[in-house]
Amino acid sequence: MQFMLLFSRQGKLRLQKWYVPLSDKEKKKITRELVQTVLARKPKMCSFLEWRDLKIVYKRYASLYFCCAIEDQDNELITLEIIHRYVELLDKYFGSVCELDIIFNFEKAYFILDEFLLGGEAQETSKKNVLKAIEQADLLQEVSHHEGSRFVD
Amino acid sequence: MLNMTVIYFISYLYLRTSLKLMFAFCLHSDEGLSKHPVSLETLYPSIKIKVYFALFISGKSKEAEIKRINKELANIRSKFKGDKALDGYSKKKYVCKLLFIFLLGHDIDFGHMEAVNLLSSNKYTEKQIGYLFISVLVNSNSDLIRLINNAIKNDLSSRNPTFMNLALHCIANVGSREMAEAFAAEVPRILVAGDTMDSVKQSAALCLLRLNRTSPDLIPMGEWTSRVVHLLNDQHLGVVTAATSLIITLAQKNPDDFKTSVSLAVARLSRIVTSASTDLQDYTYYFVAAPWLSVKLLRLLQCYPPPEDAAIRGRLTECLETILNKAQEPPKSKKVQHSNAKNAVLFEAISLIIHHDSEPTLLVRACNQLGQFLQHRETNLRYLALESMCMLASSEFSHEAVKTHIETVINALKTERDVSVRQRAVDLLYAMCDRSNAKQIVAEMLSYLETADYSIREEIVLKVAILAEKYAVDYTWYVDTILNLIRIAGDYVSEEVWYRVIQIVINRDDVQGYAAKTVFEALQAPACHENLVKVGGYILGEFGNLIAGDPRSSPLIQFNLLHSKFHLCSVPTRALLLSAYVKFINLFPEVKGTIQEVLRADSQLRNADVELQQRAVEYLRLSCIASTDILATVLEEMPPFPERESSILAKLKKKKGSGTVSDMEDSRKERSTNVNGSNDHIVTTSPSSDLLGLGHTQAAALNSASPPVTSNAASLLVDVFTESLPVVPPTSIIEENFSRFVCKNNGVLYENQLLQIGLKSEFRQNLGRMYVFYGNKTTTQFLNFSASLVCQDLNIHTTPADPVVDGGAQLQQVFNIECLLDFVEAPVLSVHFRYGGSMQNISIRLPITLNKFFQPTEMTSQEFFQRWKQLGAPQQEVQKIFKAKHSMDTEVTKAKIIGFGTALLDGVDPNPSNFVGAGVIHTKTIQVGCLLRLEPNTQAQASCSVKRTHIHAALYTLMTINCNIDYCSTDISKGKIKIFKCIFKSQHSQNK
Repeated sequence: MQFMLLFSRQGKLRLQKWYVPLSDKEKKKITRELVQTVLARKPKMCSFLEWRDLKIVYKRYASLYFCCAIEDQDNELITLEIIHRYVELLDKYFGSVCELDIIFNFEKAYFILDEFLLGGEAQETSKKNVLKAIEQADLLQEVSHHEGSRFVD
Repeated sequence: MLNMTVIYFISYLYLRTSLKLMFAFCLHSDEGLSKHPVSLETLYPSIKIKVYFALFISGKSKEAEIKRINKELANIRSKFKGDKALDGYSKKKYVCKLLFIFLLGHDIDFGHMEAVNLLSSNKYTEKQIGYLFISVLVNSNSDLIRLINNAIKNDLSSRNPTFMNLALHCIANVGSREMAEAFAAEVPRILVAGDTMDSVKQSAALCLLRLNRTSPDLIPMGEWTSRVVHLLNDQHLGVVTAATSLIITLAQKNPDDFKTSVSLAVARLSRIVTSASTDLQDYTYYFVAAPWLSVKLLRLLQCYPPPEDAAIRGRLTECLETILNKAQEPPKSKKVQHSNAKNAVLFEAISLIIHHDSEPTLLVRACNQLGQFLQHRETNLRYLALESMCMLASSEFSHEAVKTHIETVINALKTERDVSVRQRAVDLLYAMCDRSNAKQIVAEMLSYLETADYSIREEIVLKVAILAEKYAVDYTWYVDTILNLIRIAGDYVSEEVWYRVIQIVINRDDVQGYAAKTVFEALQAPACHENLVKVGGYILGEFGNLIAGDPRSSPLIQFNLLHSKFHLCSVPTRALLLSAYVKFINLFPEVKGTIQEVLRADSQLRNADVELQQRAVEYLRLSCIASTDILATVLEEMPPFPERESSILAKLKKKKGSGTVSDMEDSRKERSTNVNGSNDHIVTTSPSSDLLGLGHTQAAALNSASPPVTSNAASLLVDVFTESLPVVPPTSIIEENFSRFVCKNNGVLYENQLLQIGLKSEFRQNLGRMYVFYGNKTTTQFLNFSASLVCQDLNIHTTPADPVVDGGAQLQQVFNIECLLDFVEAPVLSVHFRYGGSMQNISIRLPITLNKFFQPTEMTSQEFFQRWKQLGAPQQEVQKIFKAKHSMDTEVTKAKIIGFGTALLDGVDPNPSNFVGAGVIHTKTIQVGCLLRLEPNTQAQASCSVKRTHIHAALYTLMTINCNIDYCSTDISKGKIKIFKCIFKSQHSQNK
C-alpha cells in the first residue's frame, strides 16, 4: 500500500498516512485530486478505480471516506477488508466511533493504525492483539499522566 | 451534515455524547463488537486539550479560523522561545497542538526541536507524541535526523518492548536513507534475535521491509536471511503475517536467496486452508481462516515458478483446488466481509494459477469461477472478474474458455452502470479478441463508442484501430472500420490513427481502389468530420484516378466534392487539400484549368496564413511552368512507407499497458515483405534558401503531400524523407575536414589534443588503397588501440592496428577498398583507445566517396554533345544551381574538376566560360558513365529543377559531393556573387 487517506464528505482530510516518500506539494496534489475523484462517485459504484498507475480502493463509513492506494499486483478485496478491520479497531477502541473521535483523538487513530499496518503492510490482523497493545500504552499513559499532574501540583 | 457553527463553544464531551448517534459509522458487525462500557476518564485523560481543539474547528469562517490559528501559533512560539524552560507535559501539549493544526491543513515550520526533545523523555506519552510529530512532519532530509537517530538508537537498546516498537514504527514511517544507514545492521539483528518479543519482531520485519524498499543497497543480505525465512514457521500468526510481507519484498529482488521459502509457504498455506474456521481464533476473520496471511503466502509463491518437487507441487495444487472448492460452498455468513475475505483469497489463488500457467484444469476452473462472478450482483466482484479474465485470456490453455463468455462481456459493456466496470469489459474484449471473433468484437466496440463516456473514448478508438489492423484478413473491412471510427468519434481519432490508415492504403495496392471509392462515398455526407476530409483528401489525391472512370466520380466531381469541404476546415487540413489539388492537376489534366482558377483566387494567393499562401503560389506556378513530365515526377504517387511498429500501438502502450498485443509484431512482419523490394526512391530536397525558387517548391510539394507536421517530430509519414536523404550525419560523427578531401587524396583529416589522423590514398578503377596514419601527440602510451571501418557497399580489408601506440609515435593502418556498388554514405572510421584512465572514442567519416572511382574519359566536342543530347530522360539527369560563395578563378575551378575525377574537356563547350568533364565510375557490379557541365552564370534569378524520380543513385550522390566543392578561389575582393549551374548526366551499364 502506498498511502491511506481518511476524508469527510465535505472533502476535509482527517487522517493521512504515506508509505512512500513524497514531497509535501505532491502529497497535497494527490490528496486534492483523489478527494475530488472519489467524492464524485455514486454510491452503488464499485469500490475500485484506476488512478495514475495505482489502484484506489475506497469505502465510505457514515460521513468518512477511507481510501487506500495500492499497487498493481496488490489485492483489492483484501485491502477493502483492511479498511474494515481498521474501522472495527477504531470502533472497538472508541466505542461506536464517529468522525469527531478521529478529529479529536487523531493521535490515537495514528497509534492504532501503526499497530495494525506498518510500512503499508498488515502487521497484526488480530483485533485482540492490536487493542491489547493500545490498551497497554494507555495504561502507561495513565501512570505517566498522574505523575505529570503531581509535578504540576 | 456536520455544521461547524452549531458546535461553537460547546465542549467536545457534550458533543460526543449528544451527536454520537448521528455520526457513528454504520458498522454492520454481528460479532465481537459488543458495546462494552468504557469509562471516559480512562479514554480521555487530557480533557483540557479536547476543549481547546473544539474551539478550533468551531470557527465561523475560514478567515476566523486562520486568525485564531495564527494567534495560537504565535502563543506556542513564544512559549517555546521563552526564558522559562518548559516542563515535559507543556512541551507535549504544545507539540500536540502543533500537530493538530498541521492536520487541519496548515503549514507548520517550527516545533521540530521540541518534538525531538520529547523523544528522550522517560514518559511514554511524551515520547509517543514526539515520535508521532516526527513521523508526520519531519521529512527525510531534515537536519535533525542525527538527533532523531540518536534517540531511536537509545530506545532500540532499551529492551523495553513498548519503546522499541515506538522507535521501529518511527523508522518505518520516515524510512529515510540516513535511517537506513544508521539501522541497517541493528534492525535485522532485533528481528532474528531469540529473545525478541513477538510484537517487536513484527515491527522489526516491516520496518526492514520499508528500509529495503527505499534503500535496498544499504541492506546487506547475510546470516539473518535464512533465519527470516524460518519465521514462516513461527507459532505466532502475527509474526508470520508481518514476516511474509518482508520475505515477498526480499524474494522479488533476490529470488535465489529465498527459494526455501516456497516449501515453507506451501506448508503454511496448506495448514490454513484445511483448518477448521475456529482453529486460528482471532486470526479468523468472518469465518475465513487468516485471509491476510493466505493472500500474502499466495503472493509470495508468485515470485517463483511452480515448485519442482512433486510432493510440494501436489500439495500446492490441493490447496488451490480447496480454495476453488470453497468458492462453490454456500456462504457461512451473509456479511459482505465474509465474501470479500473469501474471494480475496480466491482471486489471489487465481493470480497464482495464471502466474504458473501450467495446469490446464486449474486454469479452466478459474475461468469458470470468474465466469460466474461476471453475473454476480456485487459490482466489485464483476469488476475483479473482468480484470482477472483479462489475464486468463493471454494463456493458451484458457484463451478458448475465456472466449465462451463473450456474450456476457458484451452485455456488461451495454448494461453496466459504472464506467470503470465498462472500462474493464472493453479491456477484456480487447484481450480475448482473435481472428475468429474480431469482426464481432470490433462491431460491438464501435457501437459502444457511440454512447461511451468521453473519458474513455480515445482509448477505445485506439483499441478498435489496433484490432482492426491486427486481425484484418481483408483490408476493405479495415478501411470501413477506420472510416466508421472517424464518423462515430472523429474528435477522438488521434493523428496516429489516420496516419496509419493512409500508410496501410499506400502500402497495399489491392485496397487502394476500394479506399478511394469508400472515402468518396463517405465524403458525400453533408457534415463529415475534418479527419475524414484529411483522409479523403489524401487518398483521392493519391488514388482518385482509380475511380475516375465512373462518371459518378469523375475528376471534376471528386474535386468539387473535396473543395466543398475546404472552407469549413482548419489551416492544416486546407494545406493538405491544396496538395491534393496539385496532385489532381497531375492525375487529371482535364481539371487543371478549374484547379488553377481556385489556386489563383485571392482567397488563396493572398491568404493571411503564410503556409496556405505559399502553397497556393508555388502549386499554381508549378502547374503553369512545368511540363507534363516534370509534373509527373514531382507529383508522383507516394512511395511505400517503411514498416515499423504501429504508432497507435505505441500510443496505447503509453496510455496504459493492458491486454495482449504480443503477436502484433509477427503479423506485421508478414506484411512488410512486399514493401522492402521497392524502396529505391531517391528524394531530392534542395537546401536552397531562395524562397521563390522552385527548388523550394519541390521540397514543399513533397512535404505537403504528407500530412502537415505539427508537434510530433516522430510522426511516421515524414520519416520517409529523412531516411532517404543520403547525407544526414549523426551528430557524433566528425566530418569537418571531409569536404576538403573530395578533390584530393592526401592530408590531415583530423586532429585534437591527443591524436592526429593523416591520410594518403590512391584509387584505380573500382579499387582503392588508403593509408591511415594515427599520430600520438602525447608522451603517454595509447592502450587498447583499435580502429575499424564498416560499410556495406564497399568491400574493405585491413590489417588490425597495433593495440599500443607509444607517446610521440605514429601508427600506420592500410585499408584495401573495393567498390561493389554505387554507394551513398561514406564509411565511418571508429577509433577507440585508452588514454590515462579514460576510454577515448572517435568516429570520423573517411573521405571515400563515389567520385574516387572515376576514370577520366577524353572525348571530342562532337562526341560529348551527341551523348549529352541522348541523355535526356529525367532519370538520367540531375541539375542544380547554387550560389558561388566567392568570386571565381578559372584555374582553381579547372583543378577542382580534375580533382573530382572526371577528365576536363578543354575547348569542348562552345561557350568558353563553361566547364565540361567526362568520366566513368567503376564499381564491381556496374559502370556509370557521367558527363558534367558547369555553367557559371551571372544572372541572379536562375531556377533549379532537380529531377528526382529514378535518378540513378550515383548521380544524386555525385551532385551532393559536387556541391561540397568550393569551386571558387578565396579571393572575395570582387564581391560579385556568381551562380553556377551544374548538370550531370549519366548512363550505367551492368558489368559482365
